[in-house]
Amino acid sequence: MNNKKATRGIASLLLALASIVYVSPLFIILFNSFKSRTYINLKPFSLPNSETWVGLENYIAGIDDYGFLDSVGWTLMITVGSVLAILLFCSMFAWFITRAKAWYSRLLFMLCIFSMVVPFQMVMFTLSKTADTLRLNTPWGIIIIYLGFGAGLAVFLFCGFVKSIPLEIEEAATIDGCGPISTFFRIVLPIMQPAYITVGILQTMWIWNDFLLPYLVLDQRHYKTISMVIQMMRGSFGRVDMGAIMACLVMAVIPMIVFYLAAQKHIIEGVAAGAVKG
Amino acid sequence: MDKTLQRYFPVFVIPTLAAFAIGFLGPFFMGLWLSFCEFTTVQNATFVGFANYIKAFADSTFLYSLGFTALFAITSLVIINVVAFMLAMALTKKLAGTNIFRTIFFMPNLIGGIVLGYIWQLILNGILAHYGVALAINAVYGFWGLIVLVCWQQIGYMMIIYIAGLQAIPGELKEAADMDGASGRKRLFRITIPMMMPSITICTFLTITNGFKLFDQNLALTAGEPARSTEMLALNIFNTFYGRVGFEGVGQAKAVLFFILVVAIGMIQLRITRTREVQQ
Repeated sequence: MNNKKATRGIASLLLALASIVYVSPLFIILFNSFKSRTYINLKPFSLPNSETWVGLENYIAGIDDYGFLDSVGWTLMITVGSVLAILLFCSMFAWFITRAKAWYSRLLFMLCIFSMVVPFQMVMFTLSKTADTLRLNTPWGIIIIYLGFGAGLAVFLFCGFVKSIPLEIEEAATIDGCGPISTFFRIVLPIMQPAYITVGILQTMWIWNDFLLPYLVLDQRHYKTISMVIQMMRGSFGRVDMGAIMACLVMAVIPMIVFYLAAQKHIIEGVAAGAVKG
Repeated sequence: MDKTLQRYFPVFVIPTLAAFAIGFLGPFFMGLWLSFCEFTTVQNATFVGFANYIKAFADSTFLYSLGFTALFAITSLVIINVVAFMLAMALTKKLAGTNIFRTIFFMPNLIGGIVLGYIWQLILNGILAHYGVALAINAVYGFWGLIVLVCWQQIGYMMIIYIAGLQAIPGELKEAADMDGASGRKRLFRITIPMMMPSITICTFLTITNGFKLFDQNLALTAGEPARSTEMLALNIFNTFYGRVGFEGVGQAKAVLFFILVVAIGMIQLRITRTREVQQ
């Protein structure tokens, strides 16, 4: 018995070591963000000391020179707007095509599944041209594109959930005089809460971090997302300010870590539930 | 009920369907058509038949990136799934600290591909600098750098799926195996892995398609350097579209081929693992 206890102790210890190695990249970025830019590439693994410490200088540079805070605002607006649109419209869509036994119900469902497997490169050029033509190249317009693009996974997961709701509940509502709209909003929507959480989390993780779609669709003179700003800091010609990059990487990671720690239970359950789609 | 409901088609279906048509269906079919055309904008397209496809296959960078991507996808598939499975086994044994470990291993998944790429560029270049080299010097460094990056990103995600699968295995099966005196090894190969096939199907499907579709991480970590030798398929298509004027049609033809490849690989993979799933 003692032997078994020792093995379990060693296993825990090994996992603890692996965890430390696993989070270390984030800490390396964090302490480099407080170092003077010339020392970052030179000695990335040494902690800041009195010679290399520059306080918040890099953060100020990132915010002032690259408009980082604006990009946080736009990313937040696009993510929240798109996720809300996807949750509302795709759940309505999914409920309708599951309940209405029309010839097109199956077809619409299959089209949604199909869109999930198509790689983005297949549509990226024509999509960016369409977005320009229809003037969807703004943070408001891009919400429509995210609704269309997110529909595949969302409709699939919502349909699976709707099928598990007993039909009798909705029939009782109809007998009591509810039309389809009030049946959906007063009966179905509250029951679907777990599905809203799963879909909302999966779509948030995708849209917040997405790079190529906003890069190709948005009018870059006016609107940039976080990923776009970071890519441009590095990709643009001329001087590369490593200090500002480190600070922006830290500022990009923190909101997601906060979101994760706050909603961890739902996120992990959402991932496990969403994966059953295979 | 059904007839009344169907009159509400515009309210329930039109918003999503319209966005789906603008964001996906329209661009998809337009892209399919344009792969047979020569164009620089969508308006000036002229039909050229299979010319773009012929040019795509004659492009050595395209074939190279296909090979590089395939090697990458398979390597990452094996490493991610083996490590994630082992972690999931360790984290379902009620060890001290399990919740903290699970939290930490999943965390990198919340970080976007571009940010991940720059985090690892700093770290890998810092390590390689000790040996007087850098990521952009040799494709081998870029390849393994990308592997390290996607492992760090995806192991936690797959681990969560495997943990859910392991927890769904009925306890009676393990007890029965214990009573029959099955060794740990036998239990793993005769009970755990067969019972886990649905989870393995999902995780291998996700990792192989993620591997083939990888873009952000590739762009941020190596951008194809040195000399396009770490350029993966998605980046190769992007560079064809936006790197050379007059090659938009070739880019679109490559994109169609890429789409067919991803669908085919997904289907083959599902068929292989699905047939190994046990019926309950």
